[in-house]
Amino acid sequence: MIRDITLGQYYQTDSIVHRLDPRVKIVATLVFICSLFVVEQAAGYVAAVLFLAAVIRASHVPFRFMMRGMRAILFLLLITFFFNLFLTPGEAVFSLWKLTVTEEGITLAVKMAVRLSLLIIGSSVMTLTTTPNNLTDGLEKLLRPLQRFRVPVHEVAMMMSIALRFIPILLEETDKIMKAQMARGASFDEGNLIQKAKSMVPLLVPLFISAFRRANDLAMAMEARCYRGGEGRTKMKPLHYEKRDYVTYLVLGVYLAACIVVGRVVPWGSIL
Amino acid sequence: MALILDHVTYEYGNGTELLVRALNDVSLVIPDGQFIGLIGHTGSGKSTLVQHLNGLLKPTSGNIYYNGEDIHDRDFSKKRLRSKVGLVFQYPEHQLFETDVFTDVCFGPKNLGLDKKEVQLRAFQALKQVGLPDDCFYQPPFDLSGGQKRRAAIAGVLAMKPEVLILDEPTAGLDPKGRDEILDLVASLRKENGMTVILVSHSMDDVAEYVDRIVVMNKGSVCYDDEPKQVFAHKEELEAIGLSVPQVTDIMHALKKAGWWSADTSVITIEEAKKEILRQLRKG
Ligand SMILES: Nc1ncnc2c1ncn2[C@@H]1O[C@H](COP(=O)(O)OP(=O)(O)OP(=O)(O)O)[C@@H](O)[C@H]1O
Ligand SMILES: [Mg+2]
Repeated sequence: MIRDITLGQYYQTDSIVHRLDPRVKIVATLVFICSLFVVEQAAGYVAAVLFLAAVIRASHVPFRFMMRGMRAILFLLLITFFFNLFLTPGEAVFSLWKLTVTEEGITLAVKMAVRLSLLIIGSSVMTLTTTPNNLTDGLEKLLRPLQRFRVPVHEVAMMMSIALRFIPILLEETDKIMKAQMARGASFDEGNLIQKAKSMVPLLVPLFISAFRRANDLAMAMEARCYRGGEGRTKMKPLHYEKRDYVTYLVLGVYLAACIVVGRVVPWGSIL
Repeated sequence: MALILDHVTYEYGNGTELLVRALNDVSLVIPDGQFIGLIGHTGSGKSTLVQHLNGLLKPTSGNIYYNGEDIHDRDFSKKRLRSKVGLVFQYPEHQLFETDVFTDVCFGPKNLGLDKKEVQLRAFQALKQVGLPDDCFYQPPFDLSGGQKRRAAIAGVLAMKPEVLILDEPTAGLDPKGRDEILDLVASLRKENGMTVILVSHSMDDVAEYVDRIVVMNKGSVCYDDEPKQVFAHKEELEAIGLSVPQVTDIMHALKKAGWWSADTSVITIEEAKKEILRQLRKG
């Protein structure tokens, strides 16, 4: 039940997107997100959707699998949509009870909903095609220059990879404890809000204890293997750019330029 | 009355590409009062199977009947089922959460909606049954030793007065003494309360002495389902799927192979082995 959350999950398969250097994918995600906010006109969004569709196609991750993770975000998306719809001042189109829908509101709501969905799908493509380890490796290397300014880059990356590593473990643990308490007659979806909150205690207490125990074990294991932070530490699989990575950077540049031209500069007339 | 599994198949990760078939067409009849050992290598589907018996998992296909009723019928109460079929999970001490042992044991009966007196009475009885010393009752569960914690957790299920008690690897992670204590406890519980007991394990030595029947699982299917002696006769086949026969049976096999005498290799307990060896020595 709880395992349905796919956000931040890795989908194992072999594809060109999976094989790309994680740094490329991080940069690409950032570029993609920027492109979404640069764009002002509908044509730009069409370009973004096409680009994303092509990437998803190349990643061999089934679209259905990706969408399952989106369900969790749907609620957030709806809230944003309705807030924008009703709370944007401007020329009134019609009003419902005390709420007024404006022309500007519709435009903004649609725009934000499209931006948000693309943003979430775009970043989930990155996490679905990159193992957490690779992701943090990439991040560490990208942020390396910040070390000059005494930013503990290695430690931050290590923390991130541990946190990511713990998500599935804790989900599994939650599932197990939930079942164990259900075997003792507990139910987690009955009663009003207060009763529901109360019924969480038998789940949360063992979960916290287990998390602390695991953290303690991990710290012990790291120390036993002489972990002393990032200094002088080398990688087993150092990151190297390949030809395909340079090509991807090139494609990214072209995409960004296209987005700016199509979505901003060219006067399409106001379609939205 | 009995628990019946009728062609049960279960797949994890339904609806995704990451499909694992953990149970494959399993049919079993579990009559009242039987002591069953459920044995299988890691990942053979033992835990998955027992979670079906109290309705925690719903079969992908197939049915489960308790006393003749389909447990996934709309009007069949899961809560009642769970009070009748008590399941003690692997490492049950990890589910303790109350501030003291007694209150934690009360959790199960309280969920059944019993009145306070009955709840406390049951908790008290259960704690007595598992043999926890009185001065542990009001201690935080986290102050107990590993074996004591496990007893407390078992008491938490016993307090619901189940008719069927299922223990998933109750001896995992215990030292030999703790292991023997838990196994003796299970045997005595069975004798006193006359319940049906299913003991999950991957060690034949754990179960050989106690059980009436052994069900061997391999890769999601039942591959042997018989009396212990009959099952242990398949020494080679068992070893091929990562299991072993009890150590004494192994020794008798070795003796026979060494040509010492025509030893009876169906021996499964140390007591029987002793008798058999003495008999052979007198004869020879
Ligand atoms: N929650 C789950 N999600 C996906 N797959 C699972 C899950 N639980 C178990 N499995 C898979 O189902 C199969 C059977 O697992 P199960 O836990 O029933 O085995 P087991 O016999 O209890 O093993 P063990 O002796 O290690 O406890 C394994 O291949 C396992 O990887
Ligand atoms: Mg198991």
